[in-house]
Amino acid sequence: MKFGVVIFPGSNCDQDMVHVLRNVMGCETKELWHKDHDLQGLTTDDCIVLPGGFSYGDYLRCGAIARFSPIMKEVVEFANKGGKVWGICNGFQVLCESGLLPGALLRNNNRLFICQNQYITATTHKSAITEQCEIGKPLNIPIAHAEGRYYCNEETLASLKANDQILFKYCDNHGTIHADSNPNGSLENIAGICNANRNVFGMMPHPERAAESILGNTDGKVLFESLLGILTTV
Amino acid sequence: MFQEPIVNEAIAKELGLLPEELDKIRTILGRNPNYTELSIFSVMWSEHCSYKNSIKYLKKLPRKGKHLLVEAGEENAGLVDIGDGWACAFKIESHNHPSAVEPYQGAATGVGGIHRDIFTMGARPVASLNSLRFGKLEDKRTQHLLKGVVKGIGDYGNCFGVPTVAGEVYFDPCYHDNPLVNAMSVGIVRVGETLSATSYGVGNPVYIVGSSTGKDGIHGATFASEELGEDAEEKIPSVQVGDPFQEKLLLEASLELVKTGAIIGMQDMGAAGITCSTSEMSAKGGHGMKIYLDKVPQRQKNMKPFEILLSESQERMLVVVKKGAEKDIEKVFEKWDLHCAIIGEVTEGGMLEYFMHGTPVASVPAEDLVLGGGAPVYDRAFSTPSYHAERDAFDINKIPQPQDLKEVAQKLIAHPNIASKRFIYRQYDSMVGVNNTSTNKPSDAAIIRIKGLKKGLAVTVDCNSKYVHADAYKGGLIAVTEAARNIVCSGATPVAITNCLNFGNPYDPEVYWNFVHALKGMGDACEKFETPVTGGNVSFYNQSPTRAVNPTPTIGMLGIIEDVEKSMSLNFKQAGHLIYMLGTHRNDIASSEYLSLVHDVSLSPAPHFDLEEAHALHSCILALIQDGLVESVHDVSEGGLFVTLLESAMTDDMGFDIHLAADIRKDAYLFGEAQNRVVVSVSPEQRAAFEAKMNIQYSPIGQVTKGAIIIDNQDWGQIKEWKSTYDTSIEKTLGIID
Repeated sequence: MKFGVVIFPGSNCDQDMVHVLRNVMGCETKELWHKDHDLQGLTTDDCIVLPGGFSYGDYLRCGAIARFSPIMKEVVEFANKGGKVWGICNGFQVLCESGLLPGALLRNNNRLFICQNQYITATTHKSAITEQCEIGKPLNIPIAHAEGRYYCNEETLASLKANDQILFKYCDNHGTIHADSNPNGSLENIAGICNANRNVFGMMPHPERAAESILGNTDGKVLFESLLGILTTV
Repeated sequence: MFQEPIVNEAIAKELGLLPEELDKIRTILGRNPNYTELSIFSVMWSEHCSYKNSIKYLKKLPRKGKHLLVEAGEENAGLVDIGDGWACAFKIESHNHPSAVEPYQGAATGVGGIHRDIFTMGARPVASLNSLRFGKLEDKRTQHLLKGVVKGIGDYGNCFGVPTVAGEVYFDPCYHDNPLVNAMSVGIVRVGETLSATSYGVGNPVYIVGSSTGKDGIHGATFASEELGEDAEEKIPSVQVGDPFQEKLLLEASLELVKTGAIIGMQDMGAAGITCSTSEMSAKGGHGMKIYLDKVPQRQKNMKPFEILLSESQERMLVVVKKGAEKDIEKVFEKWDLHCAIIGEVTEGGMLEYFMHGTPVASVPAEDLVLGGGAPVYDRAFSTPSYHAERDAFDINKIPQPQDLKEVAQKLIAHPNIASKRFIYRQYDSMVGVNNTSTNKPSDAAIIRIKGLKKGLAVTVDCNSKYVHADAYKGGLIAVTEAARNIVCSGATPVAITNCLNFGNPYDPEVYWNFVHALKGMGDACEKFETPVTGGNVSFYNQSPTRAVNPTPTIGMLGIIEDVEKSMSLNFKQAGHLIYMLGTHRNDIASSEYLSLVHDVSLSPAPHFDLEEAHALHSCILALIQDGLVESVHDVSEGGLFVTLLESAMTDDMGFDIHLAADIRKDAYLFGEAQNRVVVSVSPEQRAAFEAKMNIQYSPIGQVTKGAIIIDNQDWGQIKEWKSTYDTSIEKTLGIID
């Protein structure tokens, strides 16, 4: 599987993701410039990552301008053809703004930016990025955002549940999901979701910040390994 | 229609210039300056740009060292060779005055400014640090300033995408009117790929890049060079507004420009905007410039020449380009959607000639404007501070020993100078860039890996201004030594420092006495640790009508660790590990947080310090870490030994069981701040090897427990209770949690 990492003006986790994909996971990785219409030969067997950061300064509303960029037109088409698209943090916001994922990311309930180590747990195996995660097992995947409070209306929530689209929830260090383990006020502790076709994923936590032993945290690696179909040694 | 006033002494005074300075300008020009020219001189000769009251003593600091590629004052920041073909550019700068009147933008633009100094040298910033000081936390003004400053630093740095990896925050009534906001940036660059802030080559075009020029920040440098009076709020127009998104684009574009090979020189527009960048670059390159001010993209209509010249609108840079290579660099700007405009050209000779719609508006020699050129240099009078008498009257024997030491400890760890700064650092992205190894391995200095290399950087900011106030020389020594100790405790070797010298009004002889003596102390410590000063900034006039701030020479130190994997952490690892204190227990509570909090004594001598002792301690620690004989290392600082133990215990919910020394006052043993002490933990298996290795004074004090805190066989409860107090104290005072 090859990867493409989109670079918007104001993206600032793009190189972190490129580094992890290339140097840690050993994957061929293209950098996709926001002004281009060129996916550099990526096919629907591949995966496009929308990285974290502040695309277009996040002025107006997070992700609201990025969705109109030339590359996003291609990304939407790519997703509609079944290609995998993975949005992290600002990338998740862009995916919601562009309609590839339902719901929205609102201001954290404490109205402050929060950067910290955060436990999340996978709530389903049925997605390419959670396939090898143990359900209920806490993974320490850092968050860093001011607008990460996932919200959607009741109908959407019902359909997310009915279709098993909720991928991750915020939990404590034992894997228990409760109000005190919710860092930002997200609806039902939701930290990540996928679309109904299960090829578009969005999550607020940053797995690329938890993929190297030199950083003292490799909990995020299982997501990459799931995606690549590498068997994890548990 | 605005009529420029005829320049006289009264007008000069309004712009902050002395009568003798006006005379000097007249001599340089051979005529009376016009208002625009006077404005140019006023900002360039302001304290902020000219260092006129400090340069004499700055030059006495050690500024040479084997690792230095660029020495202090040569470029926007110092440059240190870190080996393997890489160099590190780093610098600290103040944004105190703007933050006092508009905390959010003041702090944000401080962060932006210091990063620009780093990336205009061609280096990519990889870490941010900051040192903040406010009045009492209970005070509403302090809370307003704290929240604004922290949000400003966070919003700017988080968007710009550089992690904030370390910092310090102090609360003291002396900062009530004058908070201090010092920001530091650390960048890395391949040796030989740096850019210079210079200008030469007759006919080469001069570009302005980035944001349009507006009326914000006019006379900002002058504003920063005077005391804050009761009219401080009216100075809000002197504060600039930041745009971190624009700065991110400038960063990426700048680093791409290096690769074109088309750049002669580049400088950020900070204080005094176009004036400062055109004059400093021209003076450095020994050339002149013609600048057409009407070509400068402007935010507002009808801006006057002096407004365009003095505007401190943020996120702008001046770039001098090789003639003929215009297309190459314009392509880069276009890629990043940055506005650029040719506003002039390099000329022969050293004159800066500014025009507006073809009419000359100012003509001044570059060399005479700048530091090291014609800018004035003063040696101010100083006299021993009168408060020293009160300090010398301090007698520890008159301080009663409290009965309930546990109660004292609880009070101490809830004090905002000691309690967790979680409310603050959580608002900073500390992990972006995936280089900060301290997130999951806390240590006394932050350790930054460099991708592809084995080695890494260690960085810290330190200054205990209470010590400097008590004894400027010793306080200066301690500030540098504490920084070095933090670097060493994390397993790295100190290499160089940058400093931010925050003082009151230099015309006050007692303030100046502290300035001169603090610098002497810093210099002596820098010599001893072989850490030359690579640059920094001086911020005088941190003084309100009622008082000056404590003398606060903040030290930003850089260290190198040869193998990042082998960095040392501060947390206890396992119950049963033995705890030792390296150094000497002393009957010393002078200038401690304990003394001021519990006994309300705010003035006493600086704590014990000895430079030779410090040097021996540092060598010993590095040897212990190298030989793998210690499990954790954490230095004793504010709050004393008890707080050090608590901090080592909290990370992994460990505890400690210790015994006090019979011949030392219990309060001094637990809470004294005598310098040059470090707590280490050692596994029982390594005990013999550890003790055999020791060549300095040390003592076993107890062992690590599973969570119980036991002092002299008394049960002080569980670590979780202490941690909860420590973690939530500041948030409770701010009313964020109950």
